[in-house]
Amino acid sequence: MNGTVLAFALRRAAATLALLLALSLLVFALLYLAPGDVARNLLGTRNVTPEALAGIRELHHLDEPFLAQYWWWLSHAMTGDFGTSIRTGGQVGPLLLDRTGITAATAGLAFLLSVLAGVPAGIAAALRRGRPLDRMLVAASVVGVSAPGFAVGLILLYVFALGLGWFPVYGTGEGFLDALWHLVLPAVALAFGLGAFVVKLTRAAVIRELDQDYVTFARGRGLSERRVLRLVLRNAAIPIVTSLGLMVAYLFGGTVLIEVTFALPGLGSLMEESVLFKDIPVVQALTLVVALVVSATALAVDLSYLAIDPRVRARAVRR
Amino acid sequence: MVAILSAVVLAAVAVCAAGRELLAPHALDQDVYLGVVGAGVEGHLFGTDQLGRDILQLSLAGARSALAGPIVVAVGSMVIGVMLGTFAGYRGGVVDMLAGRYADLLLALPSVLLAIVVAGIVGRGYWITVAVLIVLFSPSDVRLVRGAVMEQTPRPYIESARILGIRPMRIMFRHIAPNIVPIVVANLLLNVAFALVALSSLSYLGLGVPPGAPDWGRQLADGRALLGDNPLAAVVPGVLIILTATAVNLLGDWLSELLDRRVVAR
Repeated sequence: MNGTVLAFALRRAAATLALLLALSLLVFALLYLAPGDVARNLLGTRNVTPEALAGIRELHHLDEPFLAQYWWWLSHAMTGDFGTSIRTGGQVGPLLLDRTGITAATAGLAFLLSVLAGVPAGIAAALRRGRPLDRMLVAASVVGVSAPGFAVGLILLYVFALGLGWFPVYGTGEGFLDALWHLVLPAVALAFGLGAFVVKLTRAAVIRELDQDYVTFARGRGLSERRVLRLVLRNAAIPIVTSLGLMVAYLFGGTVLIEVTFALPGLGSLMEESVLFKDIPVVQALTLVVALVVSATALAVDLSYLAIDPRVRARAVRR
Repeated sequence: MVAILSAVVLAAVAVCAAGRELLAPHALDQDVYLGVVGAGVEGHLFGTDQLGRDILQLSLAGARSALAGPIVVAVGSMVIGVMLGTFAGYRGGVVDMLAGRYADLLLALPSVLLAIVVAGIVGRGYWITVAVLIVLFSPSDVRLVRGAVMEQTPRPYIESARILGIRPMRIMFRHIAPNIVPIVVANLLLNVAFALVALSSLSYLGLGVPPGAPDWGRQLADGRALLGDNPLAAVVPGVLIILTATAVNLLGDWLSELLDRRVVAR
């Protein structure tokens, strides 16, 4: 029994690794996707002499076959060496590390906000299915899912920063509390869509459990509503928690737009600047890092599902 | 009730998109001497942007790129989804494996992020971005159709069609296809809403429409710098994007619920 579970886990991990390898090949191919000469693209907008061009070709092993070049790039990327940025001329690795903190703080705050507001709201809606509160929450969640973060962000900026003056307009602030204060509006804008998704998800999961026979049975046996609710929530928690893990991907997509809107120097705005400047080494590194984080989270979620729920374990083994 | 309201909103957007030249003939007229003015100045109901363009007319004109691109994205990705998904679901084997891996690969990254990277590196422009989004949206359609087809395949009517010796192509597209239409149509509308958000996000970052074109995402990007002088330059297109995407989503939800009920009734 345990051996088969381990085999499943290993198979899943191997699949993730294969996926990442395929993705890295695609990411490496970005260099060739851009129109024009690869060496010239790497030099950016600088003036070039033929000698400099030849030097770049040699430095990046551009005279070697494609797969050899790919291997050369990948083996360096594994050790955190993503080459030098075209735009700044500095190493890509430290540049990324420099920008990580603010993105992690914004995304973490947004995640916290959306879970703290979304899960209770979803449970409340499910318990009052069809009543005015439920309808209101469902309608609000459709608006939340539809609204792009940057549009929400700009409206928040207008109302709370310019209109009411409660929050700063741009920038990151000094010191811990001030910095946190600067991150409130971006996090709320990011959490708006995410929270709406959490409400939808929680509501669906709780309603699914409420419709189960065991709830009718427990009520028939005369269990108090509170104890019934505890049973329902424990069962509904599994799909909710696992889906939360998958939202990491959504957070990464949204953070680009939010950071641009609020002029935050994070990974997202680095991505925007690098794409617009065609700073390909930075774009490659960022894409690879995001892919790594997203697939690692998906893998962790799958495996934790396996650990939590014996029914899933049985199904996975049978397959 | 909600469905009717959403349909009215969408009809209004569609009218603006179709009759752009009639409804907003002066959308691109610049008045550089006037520059940015607030609401109500010189007959500009919502004021102007930094080039002196009227926000109301510009917003009406933006309806076209807000509707045309997303519809093309949703339809294109649906066509790929139905083709690949039907083959993968009915035939299984190598086709299924390849379609599955293709979907895995594209779903491993957030699609907005991928769109930003590909559109930025390969080239900018509205229709290039639309093409990129079709490729990025198709995996989830492939999965959806594949699942629906696999559910139909073991049913008796398909078994008997097979025994009768009907060609596989005919079984796939004449016998199975009509039965998966409800799912596909409901998903089409939800994809339009997603594509609208994705396209305006790309335009917002300067990757979608060319500078100066009427587009809500682009207007938001320009309006960001004008929040102090004329906030409506950002707020009006922002509200329009949210309103339109919500209307499409509500209509999609309503439609899929309706189709669900009809399937249950059968």
